[in-house]
Amino acid sequence: MSIKPAAIAGQVVLYGAFAAFIGFFATNPRYQHIPPDHSLVKLSLAHFGDRECRKRTPEELQKLPPNMRAPLECPRERSALSIEMDIDGKSVYKGIIQPTGLSKDGISTVYRRFELPAGEHQLAVRMSDNVREPGFKYVKEDKVTLKPAQVLVIDFNPDKGGLFFQ
Amino acid sequence: MSPHAALRDGSRAVFKHVENSLDASFGPADNPLRHLGAMGLYFLWILSATGLYLYIVIDTSIEGVYSSIGHLSNEQWYFGGILRSLHRYATDAFIIVTFLHILREWAYDRYSGFRLFSWMTGIPLVWLLYMSAIGGYWIVWDRLAQFSALATAELFDWLAIATEPAARNFLVPEAVSDRFFTFLVYIHIGFPLFLILGAWAHVNRISGVDHMPAKRLAWGSFLALLVLALALPAHSDAQADLMQVPLDTRIDWLALFVNPLMYETSAGTVWALVFGFTLLLIALPLLPRGRPAPVAKVDAPNCNGCRRCYMDCPYAAVTMAPHPDKPKHQIAVVDADNCAACGICVGACPSSTPFRSGEELVTGIDMPQQPINALRRELEQRLAALTGRTRIVVFGCASGAAVDRLAGPDTAALTLICSGMLPPSFVEYALRGGADGVLVTGCREGGCPFRFGDQWTAARLARSREPHLRVQVPASRLREFRADPTDAAALAAALAEFRTDLETATGDDNRLVPYHRRTVHHVH
Repeated sequence: MSIKPAAIAGQVVLYGAFAAFIGFFATNPRYQHIPPDHSLVKLSLAHFGDRECRKRTPEELQKLPPNMRAPLECPRERSALSIEMDIDGKSVYKGIIQPTGLSKDGISTVYRRFELPAGEHQLAVRMSDNVREPGFKYVKEDKVTLKPAQVLVIDFNPDKGGLFFQ
Repeated sequence: MSPHAALRDGSRAVFKHVENSLDASFGPADNPLRHLGAMGLYFLWILSATGLYLYIVIDTSIEGVYSSIGHLSNEQWYFGGILRSLHRYATDAFIIVTFLHILREWAYDRYSGFRLFSWMTGIPLVWLLYMSAIGGYWIVWDRLAQFSALATAELFDWLAIATEPAARNFLVPEAVSDRFFTFLVYIHIGFPLFLILGAWAHVNRISGVDHMPAKRLAWGSFLALLVLALALPAHSDAQADLMQVPLDTRIDWLALFVNPLMYETSAGTVWALVFGFTLLLIALPLLPRGRPAPVAKVDAPNCNGCRRCYMDCPYAAVTMAPHPDKPKHQIAVVDADNCAACGICVGACPSSTPFRSGEELVTGIDMPQQPINALRRELEQRLAALTGRTRIVVFGCASGAAVDRLAGPDTAALTLICSGMLPPSFVEYALRGGADGVLVTGCREGGCPFRFGDQWTAARLARSREPHLRVQVPASRLREFRADPTDAAALAAALAEFRTDLETATGDDNRLVPYHRRTVHHVH
């Protein structure tokens, strides 16, 4: 079956419109995730909360089978984490992070993003892994200079001395 | 009428208008709106073919993944680059036709009853399509991939289903390893494989699946994507750097819209929209509806197991089983859940011929709401009442242009459930019963709500499909005209033209020998 020239022209226009629609929306309009003169601070921690362990007495150990004579008796449940964060002296985050798991024996995690104008900022992060104890066991405070679009990560690693900026 | 029904009917009117407009350029067989499902599968094949090459050449190390894909676009632009671009643009085309397909099936009220299975099995395919598409963008590991991976991880973290936030996997460069890309590639192959498996289930309850668009449509859409791939080749952004926020990102809004949407609203809003849309699709068939039409009924003594209804049923509702009364014969069995109540099986049944002498015409498979015996009786009564110089019988279809308005002293109009319900022998019966001509009309090509009604009727009348119109029937006394409900004027004009042709060009020499059943008294 032959096609009329007008129909061919119509098809070219419609196929062209289809391709143009895809071509445009495949890359446009561009998306500005954060303002170009801003940077991003990510508070991202994953840490097991502390447990209130008790030292077993020699009598208690004697009563246990030889293969189960662990010197410490620890409950399964872990403490929540208490975390606070200030930027330029202003509190931006304060939270109690519960441990995961049905028995509350899993890891406690937090992930927060803070958009900041690029430049110099005073950051302070405090963390306690045992909410029954007063105060904060881990503290990290520093003045940082953030470049536009820079990502600064606040993480926790006991091997790196606790809280650290990266 | 409920607001939903009003919205749906309004959308259908828009679709019909656009489809009929596109017919002018593409013709019904190549009209993309009439073949959206086939178009979707076609784009999936393009994605599979181009993806196979990309899988062969990709290096799944962190450094290698970016450079190996970049190599395709820069050094091998003439082949690998084109395939990469086709892969990207076919994804977008697949997404577009998928949503149009959903919208059209909803607008045409094709999502419940015997279509429920196809509708429900189609819903997970949308999820699989998006999971495949979004994951595919990550493999490039450029700034766009970084943005999408992190945004998607943050989106999933909102659900709090994982012990640790998924976003921590993209926190610092050391968090991403070579194994991530190996895993990602297998995921990107796995989801499409599930998609293909799901698509098989999606079309499982229909027969004669429209799995490939017509050649012209296939080439046209492929060339459109190829021209696009040449004009706007896909390029990677700068390499991902997790210590830098991707600024000014070139988002693929069709595939990745959820990522910016989350930052502009919230993760909760995105999930509400995504789950809300999914639940809406699930709930649509559960909305109150009228009683379903009675399904086809098989009459064992009149079914000889010829399998024609089995071959012609558009929804695989007819299966064959051993005949209870006739040894070594089969009998048609109707699955009520799959039956569309279209009557196409009645048109296929050789026992539906009105020339059978019994006072009551009982066919092998029949529609309780419009039995073939009632159709013969109605035809005989209408023929007997016809007067005038040129008497015409019009067989119409309930889904096509209304034929009632054409009825007059010299025109008998009979409406069938679907034009596919018309046994060709009824055309000959009408001509032998006193009609000078027979006009058969149904939906526009590709517009049959029961998929094949128009095709099977055309093929039977053209003697290329059984049961065929007998060769004795002169072609000049039969006219076919495809007309949607909006084409009433065109149908009336076609009837007038047919009448003129019969009066001017057709003599009496090709008139068929009259046939009247003894029990019927015609007035001639």
